[in-house]
Amino acid sequence: MSPKKNNIKDFLKDLPKNIFSGFVVSLIALPLGLGLAMASDAPPIAGIIAAIIGGIVVSILGGSHVTIAGPGNGLVGVLLIAISTLGLENAYVAIIFSGVLLMALGFFRMGTLADFFPSSAIQGMLAAIGLIILGKQFHIMLAHKIKREDTVDYLFEIPYSINDAIHYENKGLIFAALAGVISLAIMLFYSKIRNKYLQLIPAPMWIVLLSIGFSYYFEFGLHEPNPIAKEYMISGIPSIQNIIADIPTPNFSSIWSLSFWGSVLALTLISGIESLLSIKAVDKLDPEKRRSNVNKDLKALGLATVGSGFLGGLNVVTVIARSSVNVNNGASNRSSNFFHAVFLILFVVLFSTQLTRIPLPALMAILVYTGYKLASPSVITKIFSIGKEQLIIFFITLIVTLKIGLITGIIAGVIATLIIHFIINKSVALFFRNVLKPNVLMFKETGSENNFYVSVKHFCSFLNYYKLKKQLDAVPEDEDVIVDFSMCEFVDHTVMENMHSYQELFNKRGGHFDVIGLDMHDSNSKHPFALRRMLPVPRIIKNSLTRRQSNMEALAKDYLFNYSPKKEKEVSFLNHFQFFSTKHINHIYNKLSLKESTVCMFDVEFSEGEFIAKEVVRSTMLYIELNDSIPEFTLDKEGFLEKVSAFAGFKDIDIENHDDFSDRFYLQGENKTEISKFFNDDVTHFFESNPYYHVESNGKALLVFGKERLASLKEIKALFDFGKRLKEVIASV
Amino acid sequence: MSLKPFKSIGIGVAYSPNLKANIFEAARLCVFFGSKLFLIHVGEKSEDKIAMLKVILKSFEKDNLEYEVVFKTGKPVDVILSTTEEKKIDLLILGAVQRERFLKYYVGSIARKITRQAKCSVLLLIKPSVERLPCEHIVVNGLKDPKTEQTIKVAFYVAKKLKSEKITIVEEIKQDQISVKVDDDKSLRRANIIKERIRLRENSRINEIISHIPDAYTKNKTIKLQPIFGKKGYSIGHYAQISRADLLVMNAPIKMTFWDRLFPHDIEHILTELPTDVLILQ
Repeated sequence: MSPKKNNIKDFLKDLPKNIFSGFVVSLIALPLGLGLAMASDAPPIAGIIAAIIGGIVVSILGGSHVTIAGPGNGLVGVLLIAISTLGLENAYVAIIFSGVLLMALGFFRMGTLADFFPSSAIQGMLAAIGLIILGKQFHIMLAHKIKREDTVDYLFEIPYSINDAIHYENKGLIFAALAGVISLAIMLFYSKIRNKYLQLIPAPMWIVLLSIGFSYYFEFGLHEPNPIAKEYMISGIPSIQNIIADIPTPNFSSIWSLSFWGSVLALTLISGIESLLSIKAVDKLDPEKRRSNVNKDLKALGLATVGSGFLGGLNVVTVIARSSVNVNNGASNRSSNFFHAVFLILFVVLFSTQLTRIPLPALMAILVYTGYKLASPSVITKIFSIGKEQLIIFFITLIVTLKIGLITGIIAGVIATLIIHFIINKSVALFFRNVLKPNVLMFKETGSENNFYVSVKHFCSFLNYYKLKKQLDAVPEDEDVIVDFSMCEFVDHTVMENMHSYQELFNKRGGHFDVIGLDMHDSNSKHPFALRRMLPVPRIIKNSLTRRQSNMEALAKDYLFNYSPKKEKEVSFLNHFQFFSTKHINHIYNKLSLKESTVCMFDVEFSEGEFIAKEVVRSTMLYIELNDSIPEFTLDKEGFLEKVSAFAGFKDIDIENHDDFSDRFYLQGENKTEISKFFNDDVTHFFESNPYYHVESNGKALLVFGKERLASLKEIKALFDFGKRLKEVIASV
Repeated sequence: MSLKPFKSIGIGVAYSPNLKANIFEAARLCVFFGSKLFLIHVGEKSEDKIAMLKVILKSFEKDNLEYEVVFKTGKPVDVILSTTEEKKIDLLILGAVQRERFLKYYVGSIARKITRQAKCSVLLLIKPSVERLPCEHIVVNGLKDPKTEQTIKVAFYVAKKLKSEKITIVEEIKQDQISVKVDDDKSLRRANIIKERIRLRENSRINEIISHIPDAYTKNKTIKLQPIFGKKGYSIGHYAQISRADLLVMNAPIKMTFWDRLFPHDIEHILTELPTDVLILQ
């Protein structure tokens, strides 16, 4: 355990970074908040109110560390129904009550709620929500407002809307539709362009900035009115005085109807599940490897929702996309959530008139993209690769949710999963007899190993997963855990998926998490599905190599390297690098290594952020294992980004007598004296006289790479040569 | 301490395919412990039946096995319970039933009733066999309970007589003994400190008990202490199963009420699913 540090001093030191990331997050939260509220048929400002209240309350009372709270996309579907059936006034009352229920969940320690649902059913529900958002907003994005009874009708009418949009003759509508299409293009292609100046501002904010700029250009540049049709501009952004004056007085008279409580339950369930799933995902990204107190967070979210409902805002949930942006911008504690709220207040106070210059279709393009991401074909292919029966569960949940409603949908998903489990095992008794029995044993093995051994009996599925989870959560993540399923007759996909995420978590935090005893299940014909697929088994080698791969193979032959194009999932050796601390590594492939294998080069696929902020990056990197330990450091080229981060509290270490080096390179690390000692004349000269690479040390090994993309053959040769010489220089130190 | 706890051993005899194996197991134990065997039959006395039992027990004549056949009519549960009291039987042997297809054993309804009501110790056998299977590993409970000291002593006695090499004493610690609920890193750290403290305390308590046992019984035995945080009565069964123990020795439950059966705990977990042979000591 690390010694207790000076908390206030640390907090102040990290403050600039947190203010910075809070600022970046607020740039996304502003358009998303407006858009999500409008998609739910609430006044646009309701989303901003939710984000502000959420940011303030959850940052003060919450139990998680780097999450962002605000209006969630999962709730759009439920809020839409609540507002259309109950009316806006009563919907706010429903929001207040769902906040109370959420708080109750926290007090009753029901943080495990999300574990009681099969993961394919949750996926199906989220996809349905995505389709609801996409279906409704797609028409507005093309400046073609329609009103239909059934959510499915919106989807079927998409082709007609596109057809209509192509034949617009009204100039106002053409411009409105163009704004929508261009915005969608920005959302789609933003992550493909890796330019650090462009990436400083998140895509949704680019849309806002460009559309406001466009409107000013017409007003002051051309002295013409904005060509976009009036009805497709955001309306009703009140000034701060109006917001305070218009706080709705809740009317509790109509709370005794069934539909009211149906809405309250749906709001609670979805906000609970969305928050819990997000917290779990964000915990994996936390660079400081902390564990969130989910029950405390639920209480804070509930309280924030109550407050938001009273002030005329939407439900407050933990949101994954904004949280991941928060982490990627260097947030280290809850204060960034607070500052994101502060910046939102500033935006509303200072720029509320400018916000009305945003065209509606542009805003809706952001939501269409969000909806698409929730229901994208890649979700379906992923589920299909796990097993056909998962796809059945997924579609049953999806269709029932679309046709009837969220609660019915998720219940249908649970029932479908149960029936499929019965069929696969050809036994109902296995489940009924054992569902209430304890089935998990955990003990710390005595003797030299000192690892935790967990044995599971009978069956382990979403029904009783919470028992296993409770035991696993009691283990610190830097310990060794062995989970033995050999006495377990059936393990379902939900459990396997969770085992996989535990594996990742433990690997990241220096522990080991092994799942054993599943080999026997294969020989048993009546036995499960997803199992094999979920365990990290290398894929079968593809027969056809790409041109680059065959070139690499030839290169390997010339220089006597070993080459293997196979995807390798074992990437734990990369986890200890600073660069990967907030990123998720998918796999490495195209590995080139020297015969003695202390130097190897590979293509690595990793992802940054989650959900709509997710970017998958492939890059070529060089990994050098060192014989002696050296200080941990990161070396980069001095540039614009670093100036910004220096402003945000990072420090550059200057090496004495090497002004040129200090000017050109940006060196960063914990142990300043050790690093200064390590960068002696030889090492600094080497870096000064060679091409620039990002070089990072984790104490025992070096990671070297040039750009955040795959390297060409020439670059591969250069990088390999650089690495070999660097190793020699360091070895001589 | 009484180091001859089992002066008389009783077994219910029904004419089933398992008859020979059951009687062989019981007779072998009588030879090991030097006890008298009572064969209890629910039904009318008949010469045929006695003759048949005689044939089965013939091979134990050389070991000077002393036995008695008791015939009594009535309900099986009542007959067996009343006979054990009349004849002052110390240990009653009952057979378990195997669930079809699965390698799972459970206690049938009659045997279960007897187990709950018997005033003597009970041995539940999952797989009686004619050939002797060595008993190598004994798992015994180390609950914090006044009966535990006697139970551990008897376990060592049995280990000596059956020539078992290894004894594991499992200390089950209820979750509610850990006053901290794990929510975040801080509470996890505190919970682990408390667990470590409880672990040390439990181990020293058991070591104290072992030190009271005469050396003759503890010599040359591998003794292992295993604290487990988990459900009482369940964890030890599961542990016995994964550690492939040959015999599980348990304290008799304190008192059984209707509610205990409805919400199974302690020994009931083991009765619904026998992990191995179980000896319940009164």
